[in-house]
Amino acid sequence: MSNVGIVIVSHSPLVAEGTADMVRQMVGDEVPLAWCGGNGHGGLGTSVEAIMNAIDKAWSEAGVAILVDLGGAETNSEMAVEMIGEPRAQKIIVCNAPIVEGAVMAATEASGGASLREVVATAHELSPS
Amino acid sequence: MSAGTLAKTGTMDKTGTMDKVDLMTLISATADTIAAHASELTTLDQAIGDGDHGLNMKRGFEAVRAEAEAFAAKPLPEALKAIGTKLVMTVGGASGPLFGTLFMALGKEISAEPNRASLATAFGKAIEAVAARGKSQVGQKTMLDVLQPVHDALLQGKTGAEITDAADRAADATVPMKALRGRASFLGDRSIGHMDAGGRSVALLVRAVVESIEGHA
Repeated sequence: MSNVGIVIVSHSPLVAEGTADMVRQMVGDEVPLAWCGGNGHGGLGTSVEAIMNAIDKAWSEAGVAILVDLGGAETNSEMAVEMIGEPRAQKIIVCNAPIVEGAVMAATEASGGASLREVVATAHELSPS
Repeated sequence: MSAGTLAKTGTMDKTGTMDKVDLMTLISATADTIAAHASELTTLDQAIGDGDHGLNMKRGFEAVRAEAEAFAAKPLPEALKAIGTKLVMTVGGASGPLFGTLFMALGKEISAEPNRASLATAFGKAIEAVAARGKSQVGQKTMLDVLQPVHDALLQGKTGAEITDAADRAADATVPMKALRGRASFLGDRSIGHMDAGGRSVALLVRAVVESIEGHA
């Protein structure tokens, strides 16, 4: 698919899946979408391996925007991007935006064929700073 | 942990090289101390964090222990990089990438046969990598507040006992700090009065490493 992909990373699989449901309601299958949540051992948390797999699943040559909840999700997502490495890493951006609103807005933008830069900018507009 | 002490206790040969046996010992000692203090670390993290630090660290260091022989068979830089990657993949939480980055960056910067000076330089670079990963700096009630004094002690030629004391004091010194990074920062002033769990983990690891190298473990 040529549209930018969206990855949702929450500490909670329920939050991640629920957010993905809301994204699907907006954009259907027009945007590559993947989510992950939980520490991989049944608890709350995030896993670099799961994030890397989600990026693979939502991969688009147009790039992937990642929406995260709390700090560890951001740190682990940045680590995952680094471990994926170039050339793909330069097409993956971790957004600074609220996870639910950011994912829905970013996906809506992506569904219209917007560039990665435009998709990320749309998500970032939701953040006060 | 001066070069003289290292040579005297025989854990480094005359060129200051750590051999494979020592890496096995270090892996075992670090995993032991994290396992022994896992509930303490979790209690610290429960006070001002999300309460998973002890369990996460234990899972990561046990995963490293499980493959200790494979790591020890590699040259030191590659071993440290592989250990860091293993920690990233197994610790979880923010601690995974942070402690993983510490080891990965140390492996990237260290020479195959480090002496004290080159170890100190590599350790300094590794601390910078952790700071970049966590978008943090010294004084924000994080593991950096223990790593930096340990680096200073290394540079100043302190003994192993002085280095472990510096690490313990630095961890204690996080108690009155206000957290500015991580989950604890959400608590604002309420984070004051509790020790930073990541800083405590660093102090534990430093003691395990120093005591292993000096043969007191």
